[in-house]
Order: sequence, then C-alpha cells, then structure tokens
Amino acid sequence: MAVKDYIRERFFPQMWCPGCGHGIILNGLIRAVEELGINKNDIVMVSGIGCSARISGYLDFHTMHTLHGRALAFATGIKMSRPELNLLVPMGDGDALAIGGNHFIHAARRNIDITVIVMNNRVYGMTGGQFSPLSGYGSLATTAPYTNIDHPFDAVDIAKSAGATFVARSTTYHIRQLTDLIKKAITHKGFSVVEILSQCPTYYGRKNREGNAYEMMELMKQITTPVGSKAKKENPDLVETGVFVEIDKPEYCAQYEKIIERAKKDGLVRSPSTGRGRVSPGLG
Amino acid sequence: MNEKNIKFVQGNEACAEAALYAGLNFFAGYPITPSTEIAELLSVRLPQTGGKFIQMEDEIASICAIIGASLTGNKVMTATSGPGFSLMQEALGYAVMAEIPCVIVNVQRGGPSTGNPTHVSQGDVNQARWGTHGEHSIIALTASNHQDIFSTTVDAFNMAETYRTPVILLFDETIAHMRESLAVPEKGALDIVDRLKTSVKKGVDFHPYLPREDGRLPMSDFGGIHRYNVTGLFHDMWGFPSSDPKIVHGLLRHLVDKIENNVYNIARYKEYFIDDARTVFISYGSSARSALHVVKNRRARGERIGLLELQTLWPFPAAVVRKICAEVQCVIVVEMNMGQVLQQVKMAVDDPGKVFLANRIDGMLITPTDIRNIMRVIQGKGV
Amino acid sequence: MERIRMVFSGSGGQGVITASIIIAEAAVLYENLVAVQSQSYGAEARGGATKADVIISDSEINFPKVNHPNLLVCLTQEAYTQFSPTIRPGGFLITDTRYVKTHNRVAARQRELPIYQTVMDNIGKPVVYNICMLGAVISIIDIVRPESVMKVLEARIPANLIDINKKALELGRKLGEPFKEL
Repeated sequence: MAVKDYIRERFFPQMWCPGCGHGIILNGLIRAVEELGINKNDIVMVSGIGCSARISGYLDFHTMHTLHGRALAFATGIKMSRPELNLLVPMGDGDALAIGGNHFIHAARRNIDITVIVMNNRVYGMTGGQFSPLSGYGSLATTAPYTNIDHPFDAVDIAKSAGATFVARSTTYHIRQLTDLIKKAITHKGFSVVEILSQCPTYYGRKNREGNAYEMMELMKQITTPVGSKAKKENPDLVETGVFVEIDKPEYCAQYEKIIERAKKDGLVRSPSTGRGRVSPGLG
Repeated sequence: MNEKNIKFVQGNEACAEAALYAGLNFFAGYPITPSTEIAELLSVRLPQTGGKFIQMEDEIASICAIIGASLTGNKVMTATSGPGFSLMQEALGYAVMAEIPCVIVNVQRGGPSTGNPTHVSQGDVNQARWGTHGEHSIIALTASNHQDIFSTTVDAFNMAETYRTPVILLFDETIAHMRESLAVPEKGALDIVDRLKTSVKKGVDFHPYLPREDGRLPMSDFGGIHRYNVTGLFHDMWGFPSSDPKIVHGLLRHLVDKIENNVYNIARYKEYFIDDARTVFISYGSSARSALHVVKNRRARGERIGLLELQTLWPFPAAVVRKICAEVQCVIVVEMNMGQVLQQVKMAVDDPGKVFLANRIDGMLITPTDIRNIMRVIQGKGV
Repeated sequence: MERIRMVFSGSGGQGVITASIIIAEAAVLYENLVAVQSQSYGAEARGGATKADVIISDSEINFPKVNHPNLLVCLTQEAYTQFSPTIRPGGFLITDTRYVKTHNRVAARQRELPIYQTVMDNIGKPVVYNICMLGAVISIIDIVRPESVMKVLEARIPANLIDINKKALELGRKLGEPFKEL
C-alpha cells in the first residue's frame, strides 16, 4: 500500500507548526506499519491530549482521541476486549509522564501488549510552551521564566524500572532508526515503549535558543550516541539511542485468558499458598 | 440454591448479580469502601462466564478502561464511592460526549473528601447530575431494597444502550452492605436491551454520529469492520473534531434532548398509599425504608399519609412529583443530605411553601423516630 | 409472629458478624421467614468493637437497623456497657461469663452462659465459639431450627469442619436449654 493510503488526506495539511518534529514521527510510523504489512483494520490508535495526540486524527486506523494522560487506560480496556488488535498509543512527554505518569507505569507493570510512542519535545506546545517533566533543569519555558528548577525524568529509565519489556529511544534526526524501532516495538509481544526526541522550534527551541528546526535536529545528532558506545563512557552527558530492553515476559491479556480457563474449569478459587479456602462471596 | 432461587445477600452482591444478568462482560475498578464487594464478586464471576475483570491503578483509569471496552462492543460497569466518583467526573463527561454506553455505580458514603467511608450518606445526588463540567444531561437511578437494586441495575444497562449514555447507579452504604433476600429472576423474566448495531456493511461508509430517523445511533464495534474516530471534542457525524457553531449547537442539543425528551420513559418510582394522602413523603434509597416504616405505622392508626419513592433521580421526574403533590397539604422530603432532592421538589410543585425536609447528616441511617420528631415540628406540635 | 430484633456485639475475631449472617440466612432460606442483617463497620478488619443487627419477621421489614433489641448478645464488657441500656424491657440479654461481669440495672432477662469455657472444655478450638453462642440463642428464642443453621453452614464451610460446628451448636443449645422461652 502507498503511504497516502494510511492517512486521512482531507485533514491535511496537518495542524503542527512548521518545523515541528511530530510530522517526521508520523512519517516514520506509517513506514513502519507499511513495512510490517499490517492491515489498517487491525490497528487501533488511542491518543490523549496535546500536539502529539492529534496524530490519531491523520491516520486511517481505528482512532480514539481521549483525555489528557488517560490514553493508556482507554487502550487497556480496548486491548483486554480485543487482544488480537495492535494497539498504538502516541503520547506527548507531559501526556505520558506528568498527568499520565501513573497509567504509564502501571500499564508497563502489567506488561499488556500495547506500543507506546513518547513524542518527546520537552514542552507543552498546545498550551503555549510551559515546561514539562522532561524539559530539564535550567531550561526556560513560559511557566519557568527564571529557569526551570524541576529535575527531569528519563523516560527510558522509568519504562525500564516500571517493567516494560521493550524499551528504545531514537530522535527525529534518525528517521531510519526511528522507523526500525517502531517496527520492533509493534512486533514485540508485551508493553513496548519508544521514546522519540522531537523538536519544537516554536516554543522549546525559541525559548532555549536552540535555533530553528534544522539546527535543533543537528543538535540531536550531536548529543546522541548509540547505546553502549565508547563515546558515552567518555562523555556521560550524551543521550543514548537504540534498544535498551527486549525481554520475554508473560503478557497480560494472554495471562487473563488462562484465568478464564481456570475459572471456567474450577468454578472456585483456591488460595495459592495453602490450596485451601473457598470463595463465598458476600460472607464476612 | 433453592427452587425460587432465593439468595440472602448484600446489596452490592445484588447489583453485581444483576449486572451479570444484564449481560455485563467487562468490569474495571479500584477498591473503595463501601463498594468493594461488587469488584470482589465480579473478579470471581466474570471470568467464569468468559468476561473480563481488571483492577486498575485508580478510579480514573477504571472508568477510562470501561469506556474503551464498551466501544469494542461490551457491556461494561465500574463501581466506586465518593472520592472515586469525584475522580471519574472528567471521563464521565467523555462518555457523555462520545455517547458510549456504560454503568457507573456510586455507593454513597459520607463526604466531602474522605469523609465517613463506612457510613451512609446521600450527598452525591447533585454531583451525579452536575459533577462533570459543561452542559449535559445524565441518567441516575437508585433503589431501596435488593429486589429493586436488581431490577434497577438491569434498567441501568438497558438505558445505557437505549440512549447511548453513561448511567449512574446511586446506591448508599446502608443498602449496599445490608443483607436481605433476593429472588434472582429466571433468564428472560426481565427484558434485556442489547446494543443497537449498525447494518452498514463492510466497505460502506459508516457514520458513527449520524442519528437514525428515530434519533438513535447504531454503533459499530470499535476495532471491527468500520474505521472511525472517537473524540471528546465536539465532532461531526464522522466523529471528527469540529468547532463549527452549527455542529456544536446541534450536538449539544442532541445530547441533552435525547435524555430530557424521554423523562417519562426513564422515570421509575413507586407510590405507597398516595391516593387519599394529605401528607406525602418523597424519599429514595435507604431513607425511603424509614419513611415507609412511618407511613405504614401511621396508616394503621388511620392517618392519611403516603410515600412517593423515587428510583429515577435524574432526569428529575418533575411532572410526576407535581401531579402527585398537587392536592397534598404537606410534602416532606426524607433524605440524608441538606436537601438536594428537596430543591428539585420545591421547583416541581406549585406551592413550594408546603415542602419540608426531614434529614439526617451524621452518617447514621435516618430513623422512623427522627422522621416522627421532625413531623411534630412541621405540624407545630413542638418536640 | 412477633418481630424479633437481635443485636450481636463483641470484638473483632469473635465471629459475631458471621453468626448474625448465619441465623438470618437460615431464617430466609430454610424457615420461609423475612430477615434483614446489617452491621457497623470500623476501618479495622480485625479487633475493635463489632455490632451486627438482625431482624427476623414474617412480614416485610423496612427500617433495617435495630435500636432496641429484644435479644442482645454481648461478648465483651465494652459491648455490655454500650448496648445493655438499649434492650427492650423484658428482652433477653446473653453474655459470656468469661468476658462480661453483669450488673442488675438492666430491665432484661440476663442469661450469663459459660460459652467460651464450654467450647474449650469440649472441643478445644475457639474457632467454633460463635456457633456455640448461636446454639444458645436459637435454644432461648425458638425462631430458627438447628437443622436450618446446619444447612447454612454446610453450604459455607469445608466438609471436614462440619462435625465440630455441629457439636458446638449442640453444646450451645444445651447451655440455653434451661432458659428456653415457653
């Protein structure tokens, strides 16, 4: 299928600012899906609120534009109901890790088979350039006029420690790697996270004197290095890209299918520790 | 199990049983007193029927998960209490806006805030109506005994499907925790409304928000044969965002009208000794039990007193209240708050001066003695 | 029949709430009566004061709580102090001699029974304490047959515990026998 078969053409040109990195992510995502050959009808995209969340409107999948931070909770209900579908959840940095931080870590903990793409532009763009939990100490934002004293999260570290079974990072500069990592994440059975550093020249770039889109992408090239590289040891400030975690762990929906089998067979549940005890709902 | 299928259960269990009877196949929840027994029971029962239960990380996630699950074609429910119900308000509005059927149980406890978790209250009546922001309409039902909890819960699922809307079940701690008998109806004894699904074939354009001539909106299981968009923004017939004033106006009017134009169909209430009554109690939930106790005792002594028990709280059945109270000398609203239904009754009747409040707000169930004492004061007899 | 209003009170872990559920369920399922059971909740799942109300009748029960019981069981001194003034004049007040020292300022028929002692002497396991208490109750007030109580228990507890429950119920009935209401 041609790339344009995946988009809802009537909504173009898209609403993102000139130079925004999110269009590159949209591009990489479509290529990933196309290369994997997944039917459009087998993909559900659930997004939250923010610049990132608008991506769902442009794609001809089953799309749901939900509440700020809550996309993963909606997606969990859909995935539990229809485990055979591919669930893609694009999120902004604030969407994923501020207002939606709780849902993010718990979805990761369950290892439910959902692919999260954190479109990290380090700023709340839709509301006009306020700092996010990923803006970083010392950055400037419309709500951090004297510089930001909030220390940042590392999205990859959080995903790892919360139990995600596939965790990767790329940037909008690394379009081929970005596409490849999204493919891997979609194929992975379990909770997968791809953080993609994206540029916001309108707010973050302007406030923090990182220049135009071209210069911001050039900067991403300079500050990143492949995971485990020698360069990282020499310069710990470099941001690693690539795959950080890729492990097998029982997936949530598959586990629940086993619960259903057991419940249908036994009709009662035994205490795993003693093997004793009957469930008598309503007693006590 | 005996011949009549009588069970001796808590109100929460009656609600869970009824939900299964109505076709519930997905529940998401978060533990909170005094609603938790519903989740506990469904965690056992749902997988036995092939349904799914998930304990989410909070109440926000719980209601979001059921909305997602409902879209894919499931009958869904969550259950909570005051603080959790507060957390659910934003997503409740999403379900209103995106017209997604779901049932939300709020077993009322004392509030505001953490309040009085193990004690009864009816303080969330107005929250059920206006808790989520923005103009909208909502259905909220309640019940005062386990048999009615059962039929009301089934009604809630039926109305959620009929009107494509969230329906709130506003129970209270007393009724939810107490045990009494429940005769589980035979399969088929109560009507079950299944989801109205579109007849539009695969490959043909489906408009998820284009009403039929009768005003109803057939659904297509999300993730199925039709691809469409769902959003909490004002949207066109395709489900795509729009701020076109015509579309905004039309959608908002539709959301309100589909419920307010059906007040008569949604109204559920019971009349006790109303016909010749000079004094009428209006009550609901567990406080209606105390009111009925008083009514029966006084009737035995020949007093012309009756009870209107409301089971539909929203949309408020104002016309029913107006009619029943028209010839009555004194109306006493019995509830466990500072007069939330009282306000509605005063607005509904021709002479608000004859409407009084008998209430209790200390976490204890209002007693027949409380009501009798308040009646003395209303009648000018002193304490 | 006369409506029976019962209050079971004691401390967490004594099984008073379970006992209240069992007697009410037995009345509904096996005696064709109407019953309502409710309880006061504390945040603590174990320990602390507990109180359960049961009303048994042959007609519809509206107000579900018991303010003035005609049968009150107090299994701690604290419960006795708190609830004994609420009993209806002429009602039965059952206490356990091990836990409660009674006084004579109560207008009720006080029945002080060695329930705990009897269970420990004859069975040796306090787990069936509440069933022994229930045996005394159903012997003093003839409202639910012991067979009905056993049917409820059989549906609720593992088979290997049925015998000691049955024994506890019988021991309780013997304790109550001398005070049987005629």
